[in-house]
Amino acid sequence: MVNIPSSIDDTVPAAEVEDVELYHPHSWWTTYVFSQDAKVIAIQYSMTALAIGLVALVLSWLMRLQLGFPGYFSFIDAERYYQFITMHGMIMVIYLLTALFLGGFGNYLIPLMLGARDMVFPYANMLSYWLYLLAVLVLVAGFFAPGGPTGAGWTLYPPQAVLSGTPGGQDWGIILMLTSLILFIIGFTMGGLNYVVTVLQGRARGMTLMRMPLTIWGIFTATVMALLAFPALFVASVMMLFDRLLGTSFFMPAIVEMGEQLQHGGGSPILFQHLFWFFGHPEVYIVALPAFGIVSDLISTHARKNIFGYRMMVWAIVIIGALSFIVWAHHMYVSGMNPNFGFFFATTTLIIAVPTAIKVYNWVLTLWRGDIHLTIPMLFALGFIVTFVNGGLTGLFLGNVVVDVPLSDTMFVVAHFHMVMGVAPIMVIFGAIYHWYPKITGRMLNDVMGRIHFWVTFLGAYLIFFPMHYLGLLGAPRRYYELGESAVNPPSAHDLNVFITLMALTVGAAQMLFLFNLFWSLRNGKEAGGNPWRATTLEWQTPTTPPPHGNWGKDLPVVYRWAYDYSVPGAPEDFIPQNQPNPDRISREHIS
Amino acid sequence: MSVILIFLAGIAAIITWWMAQQRLTSRPWLEAGSVGDAPHAPHLNGSSIATAKIGLGVFLAVVGALFTLFISAYFMRMGLQDWWALPIPGLLWINTIVLMLSSIALQWAKVEAQKHHAEAMRAGLVAGLVTGVGFLVGQLFVWRELVSAGYVLADNPANSFFYLITGMHGLHILGGLVALSRTTLRAFEAQPPGKVLLSVELCAMYWHFMLLIWLVLFALFAGWANDFVDICRQLLT
Repeated sequence: MVNIPSSIDDTVPAAEVEDVELYHPHSWWTTYVFSQDAKVIAIQYSMTALAIGLVALVLSWLMRLQLGFPGYFSFIDAERYYQFITMHGMIMVIYLLTALFLGGFGNYLIPLMLGARDMVFPYANMLSYWLYLLAVLVLVAGFFAPGGPTGAGWTLYPPQAVLSGTPGGQDWGIILMLTSLILFIIGFTMGGLNYVVTVLQGRARGMTLMRMPLTIWGIFTATVMALLAFPALFVASVMMLFDRLLGTSFFMPAIVEMGEQLQHGGGSPILFQHLFWFFGHPEVYIVALPAFGIVSDLISTHARKNIFGYRMMVWAIVIIGALSFIVWAHHMYVSGMNPNFGFFFATTTLIIAVPTAIKVYNWVLTLWRGDIHLTIPMLFALGFIVTFVNGGLTGLFLGNVVVDVPLSDTMFVVAHFHMVMGVAPIMVIFGAIYHWYPKITGRMLNDVMGRIHFWVTFLGAYLIFFPMHYLGLLGAPRRYYELGESAVNPPSAHDLNVFITLMALTVGAAQMLFLFNLFWSLRNGKEAGGNPWRATTLEWQTPTTPPPHGNWGKDLPVVYRWAYDYSVPGAPEDFIPQNQPNPDRISREHIS
Repeated sequence: MSVILIFLAGIAAIITWWMAQQRLTSRPWLEAGSVGDAPHAPHLNGSSIATAKIGLGVFLAVVGALFTLFISAYFMRMGLQDWWALPIPGLLWINTIVLMLSSIALQWAKVEAQKHHAEAMRAGLVAGLVTGVGFLVGQLFVWRELVSAGYVLADNPANSFFYLITGMHGLHILGGLVALSRTTLRAFEAQPPGKVLLSVELCAMYWHFMLLIWLVLFALFAGWANDFVDICRQLLT
């Protein structure tokens, strides 16, 4: 049933898209700093994202210290606490997760996995990073501005975000935050165009869409979504900046502040919420889809088995991407809405569980009777599946209007959100770093440190967030600086808070070990060779490791098969690289 | 938000149409060996349309989403009580015609470039550039006229939206003018028009899209878009 042509050369179609003209750097500056090589840009993106992520990690420690030991640390006053919350949330969601998945892994993996020499618009790609860096610097400037960064919460809801009662509302904080977001979005658009068009036009010969690794499918779909969703945040940011600086009333209703009538009037805070969540919900999947894709590849590679239901996985990614644009108002149940809308948005929200569940089943079925190697990437991938299922189940609670309304302002939401969008994608990021570090540097990360890192992070995350669900069910409200003596804060709940804080500090310390490992292994790691995981995808087949500018030497690779030919019966080895032709006619009859 | 949903439905239709040609139902695990699972269908490895054009197309989709979101916000804010529409200055009609001329000039430049008529192409580019700048200057005059008539930015949401959205459109035109002037300069340097053909085509494409957006915005400010929405609503109910 399958035609295997007599001579491979006959069927190689002429390259439809001409070979990219590479930019040739002439100096140290253009090679390592203002580089147009996607791999260098990827490393720049990742290092910046990890650095700013470290700031957000420290902020979370400070918050936990306040919650666990209220009043012990005099420098954490209520204002600072809100600033920490806001900056922690915004940095983690946008400047770490989005930037690392798309700017970091997207840049590194898209050209390599597709067999391209570079992105299609390298100059715009370089600008994208520098705008991102500028956005990060503007964001950080908030810490040093008079009044400090904004404390409006990561959702920046007006009117409170621009009023004097909120830290940074009438100072520089909110202005710097909005400016930083605008810069980030412009920069991301430049990068995003690259990722999409490279997938469309930059693929090696033979790399049809249905032969792409799922990592690329995830990043590709997420980028398309991000390109369409980020403009909503852009619009909201620009309009709020107008309200704050020029006295317009897009979002600002008539308000009396400190006995004084403000000049605003008639604006609609709900309008902001619509715009924000029209970006905000797709954002969840902008982070989740690359994670889904990467985890599929990690599981398949380290279980030495082809991914179960590849087609279904691709379709599920695309369907999740499309559905995520019509669920945004489930973040606004408590803002009040027509019950029919509530019904509609609850239904669409729950429908997303279907393609998502298909993906989870397929991961589990991929593992079923696989030759599972418990390498560190595999451990993190398994950790992801468990965590994602947990977070997804509480999502079913919160997707229902009647359950969401009483739970919405409690720690339950914090726990759900951190499980599904905090811990789960971070697990994938770690797994991916352990998996691709050998390709990036030529050396393996240290295994012992890696295992300690995994177990402390994985168990610690559960010890942090499981008790938090319980606190939420008890009624402990989120966003509160301190609870004092109240019915929702019995002594047992307070002890639990102390415990969570200690766990948070421990998990944070484990990340320091990880960072140390990153630098230590650069020199002292074991030599990895070109393909340490014996993987099929193209990035492991480069002639040299780490791949040089241009990736492939003289000739571009030609792709002959899909990305998951693991343990093919009759094959001499348990993997067949994508660019390997079929010389010995591996006995296909075993499969078909 | 219904406007942006309609826009996204359009984008989704385009994506679905494109994906339908990509053999998403093929079984890649059974089709090893041959290059491109259908050697006679090289389009599975990317389109023969120039990569830069596809890039611009994707970018225009993003710009379209941006303006559609502004329009969505405009409609939602318009429903509140404190809205007084502003008058449409006569100069706006002239600006619209100037932008149309600009678009026509670039289309002409493109056609002449395809025919390798260097002189006519240059004339078209310069005409497009001059009318483009003319449009921007005209918009500034409209702003001045409105301000001196007392319609200042923060007085009323209708005013705020008018300045915000025309400003945003103006910025996009300004960015286009930078690209257009670079193309024009290159057109005067490079001898064979074939060398700048792609750039000219990209400029024309961008300009037509900006004209389209401007026409929609103009209809929005003049209130016709409103009537159109009302008619649609009556048809639906």
